[in-house]
Amino acid sequence: MNKNLELFLTFMKIGAFTFGGGYAMIPLIQKEVCENKKWLNEKEISDIVAISESTPGPIAINAATFVGYKTSGFLGACMATLGVVLPSFLIISLISMILTHFQSIRPVRYAFMGIRAAVLALILKALWMMFHQVKKKKQPFSYAIMGLSLVLTAFLKIDAVFVIIGCGLFGLIWSLLNRKEQSNGTD
Amino acid sequence: MVLIKLFLAFLKIGAFTFGGGYAMIAMIQAEAERQGWLTQEELVDFVALSESTPGPLAVNMATFVGMRTCGVLGAIIATLGIVLPSFIIILIIAKCFEKYEKSKAVGGIMSGLKPAVVGMIGAAFISVTRTVFFPSGISISVFSSAGFWIFLGLFAVTTVLAFKKVHPIKIIILSAVIGIGAGYGLGL
Repeated sequence: MNKNLELFLTFMKIGAFTFGGGYAMIPLIQKEVCENKKWLNEKEISDIVAISESTPGPIAINAATFVGYKTSGFLGACMATLGVVLPSFLIISLISMILTHFQSIRPVRYAFMGIRAAVLALILKALWMMFHQVKKKKQPFSYAIMGLSLVLTAFLKIDAVFVIIGCGLFGLIWSLLNRKEQSNGTD
Repeated sequence: MVLIKLFLAFLKIGAFTFGGGYAMIAMIQAEAERQGWLTQEELVDFVALSESTPGPLAVNMATFVGMRTCGVLGAIIATLGIVLPSFIIILIIAKCFEKYEKSKAVGGIMSGLKPAVVGMIGAAFISVTRTVFFPSGISISVFSSAGFWIFLGLFAVTTVLAFKKVHPIKIIILSAVIGIGAGYGLGL
């Protein structure tokens, strides 16, 4: 089979069967790309995952684009990305069309009332997971940024984009200054 | 004109979201509020639906908001907007991969971004709390309504389940059933 078509179908399968976002996709990508298709090796995949997490945008799309490009160049990147997006797009379009009518039905309205409380729990869990990832480093610097970005976004209504840019710059400057101090210390 | 605004808004969200779908909520909320695209309640419902349908959260939410704002064309434009920055950035990085990986600057920027994402998900949590528990503002009367306490109990139960790693879909189905029961029981 044509490699580009194969990329498309593989990532369509991954897109259609992953629930819970990009993190849930990683083991699936690993299995398909390394074990079944043997397009890339384990080391390459773990590098790709690390970069997908540290670049902007949905992790799933980053990973699909990267695997597609490594496997089959630009066209491969297009096919893999299209593949991972298409199932979501079709399913959501369908649900969204039906939902508009459904939401005027009483039980559906009640169901969503209940669901809203559960969403809060899911966000809280995501918050806890991300907090644990950062906590490992245990720097006062990290806690300060956490608190600051929370206050700026939640209470002062500063555009999140500026918060992101600001915190990225702050991290860059901080790490440059710290490196200087360390090298001074060894003198 | 709305289509262009929709495209640019999701392009911006796609270019500045680090750390996956949940980090996006605060940003989508700000855009939707500014443009008047959807209510807080709708946004929370979209998060729930995006969680319980397959695929990346970000793509699901973009498709939803686009569809609701401008129909099929809006869904295509919003999805394209959220995908495009990732696609372009990754292509560039894939070409000069080794340099990016070892770059100290990238490490420094990430050390600032990761805690910022935690703060922003915290902000999303606060605003969703307001929507769920205090839709018409914080007042004493809220605390005397049975609905408030039922949903507070539901939140406590679902939180325990979520931390016990119960699958989100099961949690959402359970809370839908409780919502229907409570709605009829209280005659809302």
